[in-house]
Amino acid sequence: MTAEEVLNERGAPVVVFDHVKLAFDEKVILQDVSFTLIGGHTKIFLGASGAGKSTILKIIVGLLRADAGVVWVNGERVDQLTEHEMMRVRAHLGMVFQEGALFDSLTVKENVGYKLYEETDMPLDAIDARVREVLGFIGLGEHIDKMPSELSGGQRRRVAIARAMAAKPKILLYDEPTTGLDPITATTVDDEIIKLRDLENVSSIVVTHQLRDAFYLATHTAVRENGVVRIVEAEESKAREAEFIMIKDGYLVFEGDADDLRNSKDEYLRTFLS
Amino acid sequence: MLFPYIEELVKRGVLEVQEYVRLLSATFTAIFTPPHYKHDIIEQFDAIGVKSLTVVLLTGFFTGAVLALQSGLTLDEFGARPVVGRLVSASMIKELGPVLTGLMLCGRIGSGIAAELGSMVVTDQINALRALGTDPIRKLVVPRVLAGVFMAPVLTVISDFVGIIGGWMVARFQLQVASGLYWSSILKALYMQDLWMGLVKPFALGFVIVTVACHVGLRTSGGTQGVGKATTVAVVAGSVGVIAMDFFVTRILISLLYP
Repeated sequence: MTAEEVLNERGAPVVVFDHVKLAFDEKVILQDVSFTLIGGHTKIFLGASGAGKSTILKIIVGLLRADAGVVWVNGERVDQLTEHEMMRVRAHLGMVFQEGALFDSLTVKENVGYKLYEETDMPLDAIDARVREVLGFIGLGEHIDKMPSELSGGQRRRVAIARAMAAKPKILLYDEPTTGLDPITATTVDDEIIKLRDLENVSSIVVTHQLRDAFYLATHTAVRENGVVRIVEAEESKAREAEFIMIKDGYLVFEGDADDLRNSKDEYLRTFLS
Repeated sequence: MLFPYIEELVKRGVLEVQEYVRLLSATFTAIFTPPHYKHDIIEQFDAIGVKSLTVVLLTGFFTGAVLALQSGLTLDEFGARPVVGRLVSASMIKELGPVLTGLMLCGRIGSGIAAELGSMVVTDQINALRALGTDPIRKLVVPRVLAGVFMAPVLTVISDFVGIIGGWMVARFQLQVASGLYWSSILKALYMQDLWMGLVKPFALGFVIVTVACHVGLRTSGGTQGVGKATTVAVVAGSVGVIAMDFFVTRILISLLYP
């Protein structure tokens, strides 16, 4: 079997962090972080602001480089790759930034199709069709020609998700996808994440400090019946595929599923969850 | 007390120079290797070149006019009023055209580039570009550098021309110098060395303006306040860079063109 075939199998590790450390000058952000993301599963990173959660996402996508430790993404040692070499790793990654980070001089259509228009040789009409498909998936088809400034905060987040998924990545990274949104809009964004995970089989890493949304992602699933997609409560075996990781002072202080988190006796966790 | 402050200042200065040189190196590599974003290059030629025409026309015209006005009085003392055309054209072509066009471009495009790139940095758009597989140097810096380097000479030539026209208007209607005398004095004193100097300089000045603005913009931090600061620094540093680069390029060209 080739490395690619191994990685495409269900249950293969798609992201591996091994004793990763990162510091900015004297301030240590990550002390000793190790975890594995299995293909098709979800990892939810919890922690206080400034704990280092977003830093982990940036290391995965190569925007930051770890000072120590080993990072594997889709079978590639990204801690050793140059910026140019990282481009081939990024071809299989999608990242949703805090606040969306949409390109404000481009329309929704140009934002969503950006990677396909600029970095691939796909025919223009095929790209247009894919853009309409993903915008339809997130329910914002009628906003296709609008500028980001004309959209609400929740709509911008959803367009950012559409942009990240347009090129059909294997792994999607979400940086605080629902922070600052009202509960109804946040649930809408959560539903998109669940649909992508369960209907498109995308492995996900979600960084958040919104407990409500974290538990919602872990305990719900998307099902397609007669062409209609519904979000329903997940069975226990499915819920176990979503793992929580708590980061505190640069260390992993908890790793487990939703039940383990709820039943934990750790004082810091109990304070965080209360 | 003073030593740690000076040490910090020197360290920051050296870091800025290091990062500037790294940007230049990455830009040169990106210019001569694929991929190139042709659409963005053409857009920047329009934004930097065509849209700066108005400010360059006005600057050039009034510079030539005021040069003729001021020099006309002085030349009169030597009975040399008829050579005002030669003085205006030589000054415009060799120095004032390139430098003043450079300073105007620095204020117009330097500030715009720093603000645009700085805003993209503070809103994570640069990180989003990298995450989507685009090299920000190739997409954002190279088109601007190419546009700045190649449009600055074009704009300078236009500025020189309208400056000479401005000088003619003052010479003809204020100083009562015959038009034929004005234009023939220009042609008689038009040396190839002056033209070379006036055409080579804008390439260097355009390069300095745009690379300084891109460097400052891409290193913005601190939200909207940081963007404002970056814009100011881009204009100030770019302007000083234009004046300094003018000196060094003139020195080199004089030794090459006037042996």
